[in-house]
Amino acid sequence: MSEIIEEQAVTTTDKSQTSSHSPLLIEATSIGFKRDGRWILRGIDFSISAGEIVTLIGPNGGGKTTFARICLGVFQADEGQLKRANNLSIGYVPQRLKLDRTLPLTVRRFLTVRQKVSKEDLLNVLEEVGSAHLLNTQMASLSGGEMQRVLLARALVNKPHLLVLDEPAQGVDFAGEAALYDLISNIRTNFGCAVLLISHDLHIVMGSSDRVLCLNGHVCCAGVPEQISHHPEYERLFGPERAQTYGIYAHSHDHSHTLSGDMVGHDCSKDHDHSAQDEVNNTASHNRDTDQ
Amino acid sequence: MDDFLIRAALGGIGMALIAAPLGCFVVWQRMAYFGETIAHSGLLGVAFGLLVSINPTVGVFLAAVMVTFGLRAVERTTYLAKDTALGLLAHVVLALGLIVTSQFQSLQVDLMGILFGDILAISNLDLFMVGGGILAIWGLVAWLWQDLLALSIDRELALAEGVHVGRVDFLFSLAIAGTIALSMKLVGLMLVTAMLIIPAAAAMGVSRTPEQMVVYTGFISCLSVICGLLASLYIDIPTGPAIVVSMAFFFLLTSFVKR
Repeated sequence: MSEIIEEQAVTTTDKSQTSSHSPLLIEATSIGFKRDGRWILRGIDFSISAGEIVTLIGPNGGGKTTFARICLGVFQADEGQLKRANNLSIGYVPQRLKLDRTLPLTVRRFLTVRQKVSKEDLLNVLEEVGSAHLLNTQMASLSGGEMQRVLLARALVNKPHLLVLDEPAQGVDFAGEAALYDLISNIRTNFGCAVLLISHDLHIVMGSSDRVLCLNGHVCCAGVPEQISHHPEYERLFGPERAQTYGIYAHSHDHSHTLSGDMVGHDCSKDHDHSAQDEVNNTASHNRDTDQ
Repeated sequence: MDDFLIRAALGGIGMALIAAPLGCFVVWQRMAYFGETIAHSGLLGVAFGLLVSINPTVGVFLAAVMVTFGLRAVERTTYLAKDTALGLLAHVVLALGLIVTSQFQSLQVDLMGILFGDILAISNLDLFMVGGGILAIWGLVAWLWQDLLALSIDRELALAEGVHVGRVDFLFSLAIAGTIALSMKLVGLMLVTAMLIIPAAAAMGVSRTPEQMVVYTGFISCLSVICGLLASLYIDIPTGPAIVVSMAFFFLLTSFVKR
């Protein structure tokens, strides 16, 4: 796995170099997580440094959200080691809020629950996400895109070292997704925080990702996204101004996973035979067999 | 005015004030059926209290706490959906309550009073307990206010932001158990959940902040208690149901007002 990182890092030298000397925020060593006697994740090695953007991709049910929750400290890993930097503050943006409509709550109030924030800081953060006009709006009346921005603002209020976003672009259209990716990229620059982004798309990722990790029970592969400008067809498709926003991620698996587009959303990968896996995955595939 | 009427009014208003903040959280967290389940244990609690000769309200509280633990155990050991787990417990404890009361005829349980409330029988001791309940539950809610609010907004987000969800949940369950034990005298176990949810539902339509909603809920609860008492006094209808119908009236009223 580490070979792949280095191999691909050669092709895009300018990106990952910047973060290689930054302090580690989270370092996970052979993390395993079991639920109902079945390993959801096994043998995960992962690290994220200050200021780095890491995109987590993989099929549904591959354990992306579970892994993010382990990083957040919501779940405890059943094996392996998770080291977090001292006083690490993490801002978390959930996929969506389960807020009940019966709870009357303005955006302002939502941003200040459990945290003391000055009005100035509030407005700054809201402005950063382009939502200053929503300050006194009821949460229940926000649109999908507005809600995402307000959730981002909440995560940013405490000036986190690390921002964790769980499929923020879900339910947002293409233009919304592009705007969101640009916004996240700006936030990294302005706040200097690292970003762990869970993405639903297996091939098209956020262009400013320093690293991409493909997760399906184990780390399938890891690498650096290529710039869209290297792919004229894609560039024509996205348009020149969007080409910076997105990146292409080429998977290089040393074992068989069907990665055709139609596999996304239908989690058939677990029925498949993993013939050429490294030893870490043998244990994982054992559990897959018993599962069926 | 007669003594018992003053006691009834004081007790009723006190109970309304206890139920108001918790009722809001019950509505926000969609826990109405949890309250219902705890209320179903009331009969068993009263019977238990009489058997070991402790105050029936304390008996109901203990039974309610037992049900809270029972629910956790059922949720941990089975794959039942929450409503199924709650339904299972609710009806089992009610059945147990009926069996115990039938086996000990000497207990002389006032079944109608337990089921539908007997506010005119409120004693001075009950009033003291309601007073203590106001202090305890308002203290608890004030202490946990931000955490409870965060939990009501989104459990996952609260968990990720470091709220001690298990502890807050447990204390909140205790508060609900205490509220229901105290409110049983007012409207009885069949109607006690109404005390929690109807005023909160009525206040929802006219509130812009969570704090405002709690205040309006308390106001509507108190008004309903007074209306119910007056109705039962002047047109001779049962008090508990009269209070619940008053609450429903306020709910209808606020439904026409847009926030």
